[in-house]
Amino acid sequence: MKTTMQQSYEPAAAQGRHAHRQLAHYAIWSFTALMMLVLPLCFSSRFAIALLSQMGIAIIFALSYNMLLGQSGMLSFGHAVYSGLGAFIAVHVLNGVGAGKVWLPVSLLPLVGGLGGALFGVLFGYVTTKKAGTTFAMITLGIGEMVYASSLMFPDFFGGEGGISTDRVVGHAVFGITYGPERQVYYLIAAWCLLSMIAMYAWTQTPLGRIANAVRDNPERAEFVGYDTQRVRYLVMILSAFFAGISGGLSVINFEIVSAENVGAVQSGGVLLATFIGGSGFFFGPVIGAVLYVLFAVALSSLTHAWLLYLGLFFVLIVMFVPGGVASLLMKQVPLIAARKLGRMLPSYAAALSAGLILLAALILSVELIYKLQIDSDNGTTMTLAGFGFDAASLKPWAVAAALWLAGALGWRTALPRVHRAWDDVQAEMAETAGGGV
Amino acid sequence: MEFFVISLLNGISYGLLLFLLSSGLTLIFSMMGVLNFAHASFYMLGAYFAYTIADRIGFWPALVFAPLLVLLVGALVERFGLRTVHKYGHVAELLFTFGLAYLIEEGVKLVWGQAAVPYRIPPVLDGPLFHVFTSAFPKYRAFMMLVSVSMLLGIYLLLTRTRVGLVIQAALTHPQMVEALGHNVQRVFMLVFAGGAALAGLAGVIGGNAFVTAPSMAASVGTIVFVVVVVGGMGSLGGAFVASLLIGLLQTFAVSIDASLSDLFGVFGLHVTSATLLSSIWKLSLSQMAPVLPYLLMVVMLIVRPRGLMGTREG
Repeated sequence: MKTTMQQSYEPAAAQGRHAHRQLAHYAIWSFTALMMLVLPLCFSSRFAIALLSQMGIAIIFALSYNMLLGQSGMLSFGHAVYSGLGAFIAVHVLNGVGAGKVWLPVSLLPLVGGLGGALFGVLFGYVTTKKAGTTFAMITLGIGEMVYASSLMFPDFFGGEGGISTDRVVGHAVFGITYGPERQVYYLIAAWCLLSMIAMYAWTQTPLGRIANAVRDNPERAEFVGYDTQRVRYLVMILSAFFAGISGGLSVINFEIVSAENVGAVQSGGVLLATFIGGSGFFFGPVIGAVLYVLFAVALSSLTHAWLLYLGLFFVLIVMFVPGGVASLLMKQVPLIAARKLGRMLPSYAAALSAGLILLAALILSVELIYKLQIDSDNGTTMTLAGFGFDAASLKPWAVAAALWLAGALGWRTALPRVHRAWDDVQAEMAETAGGGV
Repeated sequence: MEFFVISLLNGISYGLLLFLLSSGLTLIFSMMGVLNFAHASFYMLGAYFAYTIADRIGFWPALVFAPLLVLLVGALVERFGLRTVHKYGHVAELLFTFGLAYLIEEGVKLVWGQAAVPYRIPPVLDGPLFHVFTSAFPKYRAFMMLVSVSMLLGIYLLLTRTRVGLVIQAALTHPQMVEALGHNVQRVFMLVFAGGAALAGLAGVIGGNAFVTAPSMAASVGTIVFVVVVVGGMGSLGGAFVASLLIGLLQTFAVSIDASLSDLFGVFGLHVTSATLLSSIWKLSLSQMAPVLPYLLMVVMLIVRPRGLMGTREG
């Protein structure tokens, strides 16, 4: 009430604020585009480019998932169905292009994947979106399993165990872009990623996006206002499946192979983890989540076999203690920065961070020790971790791990109240200055 | 006839095992509103605990102690995990159990290795019980049926004939009232969750050696159990019972029938060749379709009767 009154009394100021926000939007999007352009120049190794490409694909996928989870409150356990089936349709079209049967520039292949995904969204969404809440979650799980199980029944379409491989360097090369070099593929992914991000952000501002929020928050009331909640969920599902299909089409170009795993439960679970870790309450949350997930799944998995354990643990901790995800942690700092009080929090943050790092080191050491002894002991029990070489069967590393656990736990117990105290102090001061301002 | 009797018995024993799993899931769901994604993980834990105990001191102690260990794990999970997340709502609880399923699977890989472990049927129960013409019916299947039925009978009596059961039943529908009458509803919740986990653990003890004990066993059974719960109707024990048997029989019979739709068409004089439209669909045999049938059943059920066989509430 207060803000609306202020707005009506100060139209010029409100307008200025509006223009300010508009400017901030442009700045953020331009910065994103610039980052996408510059990053592969800074990190130009093959591994880095591959990592960045996968991040781009994962970002689209996670954002499309968040259209369901974050924007409409639909918890889906079978989202990979849409990206995967979109990818299968795209790979068949690409093979058609290669055989000369279809004419299509490779750059537009993601669109084919998107339409394929949307087609299955129309088909399966009709069944799944009849229900909301827990039942919806279970139906999506069932549909996901059904599609995965049927992938071995139709070898013509799914390619059986080996999947379907393809060649992206086909068709007419526009401006000499052949998609032979990986860098060209990266820029294609980046372009589609930026486009999809903008489109999905714009969608949140449309009437449908707003009604989806209403259906998420209070479906009963949305129905009384006159909206058919089931229809809203259905439409959102189709749109979300479209964007998921785009990510599937891009993965066809990137990996040049699609197999049954693309529709499987691991993919569906992965996008859920990514979105929730990043934070489903904010538009950019899934972007953070996708980047973190790819770091876990690609970079960490080349270092340790227990990466899924670390990811699962990270996820459970987020669910238990930071249900808003990483994005909510970041957004909590924004008012502090605006009030120039972040500096007051930094000492306590640093203390908590160092305690957390000690705990992390303890965890990693214990897990890797167990792993070495239980699974990998055929190659001897000597191992190296972070530059230190030791024997996993001896007592010393275990003693170090125990000491780390103890030190970390003690440090955490002392650091956490400090953070809370500093946080409460700063909040109280900010409330005081805000109260004094009026 | 021979095929029919053996398949019927196998189907029923598998269905009873499924019910042992889904009864715990249903109880937890109807009481706490929590869809426990880690339920099949407790099944896996039961099998692995039983393998370790059976290796050291024998199968019979394992039959008792492995479910008790799982009960303990379930109680700890409820006390230190679910109760923390409870304030964030049902979605957070669901996601917590989802993450827990990952953790348990990875933990099992860490402790017992990635390959299947040789968890075997005890020699006393090995071998055929009786023959139907030439096919044998294994003793162990009968033992599975016996354990499941007696356990379920016990649960039924506990829920309907004892004081504890009455409190649990009351807490299902009127938790506030039960709390006002001086019962510790939190502890009842913990009991139900741990009890459901122990039932799943027991299913693991008797199912692990009949099928396979490997890190993938949770994922393979987990989704089927969800199908059972949806088809039977969310939160209905009776529905879960009927659906378990139905799906157990469906899967057992389907894998052994080698007919396809094209054979059916052939009866009417229509012959399917590879040139026919969608020939790959018509030529699929029922045994090839077996893994998909439960999910297909679920989808059809949701379209025709969304609340399930015996469900009372919608969504």
